[in-house]
Amino acid sequence: MRTFAIMTRVLKELLRDKRTLALMFLAPIFILILLNFVFSASQSTDVSVGTVAVTRSLKSDLAQTKHVTVKGYSNYKAAKRALDDDQLDAIVRQRNNNYSLTYANTDASKTTAVKMAFRNALSTNAMSHLKEKLAGTTSALAKLRSQLPNAPSTPDRTTAKATTPKITDHYVYGDASTGFFAKILPILMGFFVFFFVFLISGMALLKERTSGTLDRLLATPVKRAEIVFGYMLSYGILAIFQTILIVLVTIWLLGVEVVGNLAYVVLINLLLALVALAFGILVSTFANSEFQMMQFIPILLIPQVFFSGIIPLDSMAGWVKGISYVIPIKYSGDAATQIITRGVPLTSLGLDIGMLLLFLVCLTILNIVGLRRYRKV
Amino acid sequence: MANSIIDLAHLVKKFGEQTVLKDINFAVTPGEIVGLIGPSGAGKSTVIKLALGMEMADSGTATIFGQTMPNRKLLAHIGYMAQNDALYESLSGQENLVFFAKMKGLPKATLAQAIAYVAAVVDLTADLDKRVSGYSGGMKRRLSLAIALLGQPELLILDEPTVGIDPALRRQVWRELNKIRDAGRSILITTHVMDEAELADRVALLLGGDVIAFNTPTQLKQQYQVATIEAVFLKAEGVQL
Ligand SMILES: Nc1ncnc2c1ncn2[C@@H]1O[C@H](COP(=O)(O)OP(=O)(O)OP(=O)(O)O)[C@@H](O)[C@H]1O
Ligand SMILES: [Mg+2]
Repeated sequence: MRTFAIMTRVLKELLRDKRTLALMFLAPIFILILLNFVFSASQSTDVSVGTVAVTRSLKSDLAQTKHVTVKGYSNYKAAKRALDDDQLDAIVRQRNNNYSLTYANTDASKTTAVKMAFRNALSTNAMSHLKEKLAGTTSALAKLRSQLPNAPSTPDRTTAKATTPKITDHYVYGDASTGFFAKILPILMGFFVFFFVFLISGMALLKERTSGTLDRLLATPVKRAEIVFGYMLSYGILAIFQTILIVLVTIWLLGVEVVGNLAYVVLINLLLALVALAFGILVSTFANSEFQMMQFIPILLIPQVFFSGIIPLDSMAGWVKGISYVIPIKYSGDAATQIITRGVPLTSLGLDIGMLLLFLVCLTILNIVGLRRYRKV
Repeated sequence: MANSIIDLAHLVKKFGEQTVLKDINFAVTPGEIVGLIGPSGAGKSTVIKLALGMEMADSGTATIFGQTMPNRKLLAHIGYMAQNDALYESLSGQENLVFFAKMKGLPKATLAQAIAYVAAVVDLTADLDKRVSGYSGGMKRRLSLAIALLGQPELLILDEPTVGIDPALRRQVWRELNKIRDAGRSILITTHVMDEAELADRVALLLGGDVIAFNTPTQLKQQYQVATIEAVFLKAEGVQL
């Protein structure tokens, strides 16, 4: 079987290239761990707020908000100076019952955090005022009642206790710490597979072409399809290992919850890897050197990230959204997200799998035909 | 010629504006070594690529074993050695040989024996387990030749096989080539080494896109009235002696 012989040869070459191998397996893990830190850190922006003439109760309510520090100032001028010196992120100033807020606004996320914290504090404050008033009314009522000797005795405390509603949060997927990272993880996983398989296989075929081994190979009775399938087998095997490793790292090291079947995730990524391989081989025929191959990264790979679903597609203009339909990572990302976060079985992912298969078949045929450039039969 | 191994008829090849081959006609019959000589850039490698079907001719036909090229199945009976080494550098010599033997479709049973034989011909037996990246230029050339010899093909097409090979080994290689010829198989060989051209049975002189002479070395020398093939070459090129 020539296909197997080509597969073994490609795998052997890959296994001996320790650096490329390390890049393929360690770089995604490194980046994932970094991203995990980056995104979990951004969820707790610390902000400091200066207050001018704000009631003590509101001030303490605001200070009780997590990641918010409050400092009182005697006048606005002093607070403004602190703001300009970058010691404060915002100033809250009270005039009678109105509040004016001044934001440094150098960091939008801090501004949002202050806005949120202030609104929450305000409503908490209003609530406790209400509670106090209510308590006052209740005690007045009780006094009144005690003055009426024939009044029926009511069960005590019921009214006074039921004032603060208790809120309990339920999460369908993950927990309170589930953030942006968990959302983009299934897509990122696909991107890593795509990126490395695309680049390495493209380079491999390029080298085969420029070193003349492709010519030599085509001077034997090997079929063009056997070459393409041999490459597919070897890179398919590699992609399976890469995906398993990435999935294990994300589950065990980063604690991401996977609801669905892991084997499905591996299968989806395998499919994506084959698409990436076929794409890499196709693109490599338009490059004459490794550097020219690298030039396809900003043109062909980076845009894929934009349309992969990492940035919500709903918010894009219609025609821009249309581009996403020809982005393989979108389909694999969509399928992987559904499997990981909702445990959707493969049978319900027909569209995604079908589209990936369509990409695969088209690109593979293009490659087999494209090899005609080097041998006409 | 009905029974010729290679038959090139009216081959024309252009690369863009440049017409490299104008009208190439010659044939290689069974059991002969044909040497293709000509100055650098004359189009020797191009002739070989057209014969193998690796490039498309603009007009004319190349026939091998009576069948028009390109023809994939026929490639199993042709041993081709390109001008560049074209080896997998991260694999050992042995692994390169095994890989190409499998590509040529050699039966598994005779694989090891065939590899041992060709390795001995090019004197590489001791270095087979070394990675090719650690080979010298001449060793790579020899491995490349060994790959072409694999499977005892009926036709050998060798593009400058003896570049970088020392005289003793060159003799050994020619002894092997003569043995192949004596067994009734055919060889088309290009060379820059003129005394090597003397060893060929017939020599085709490629100049200006045409085969300007195609004859035995002895007759060529008579025709040009000189003592060596080198002189024939120079005279044909118009160089003052
Ligand atoms: N792929 C190509 N594209 C454009 N021009 C080419 C191509 N291949 C060969 N040529 C041109 O065709 C001519 C003949 O090239 P070829 O390689 O056949 O020469 P050669 O006789 O084998 O030379 P040498 O003895 O140096 O190997 C050269 O002028 C070369 O520039
Ligand atoms: Mg040449």
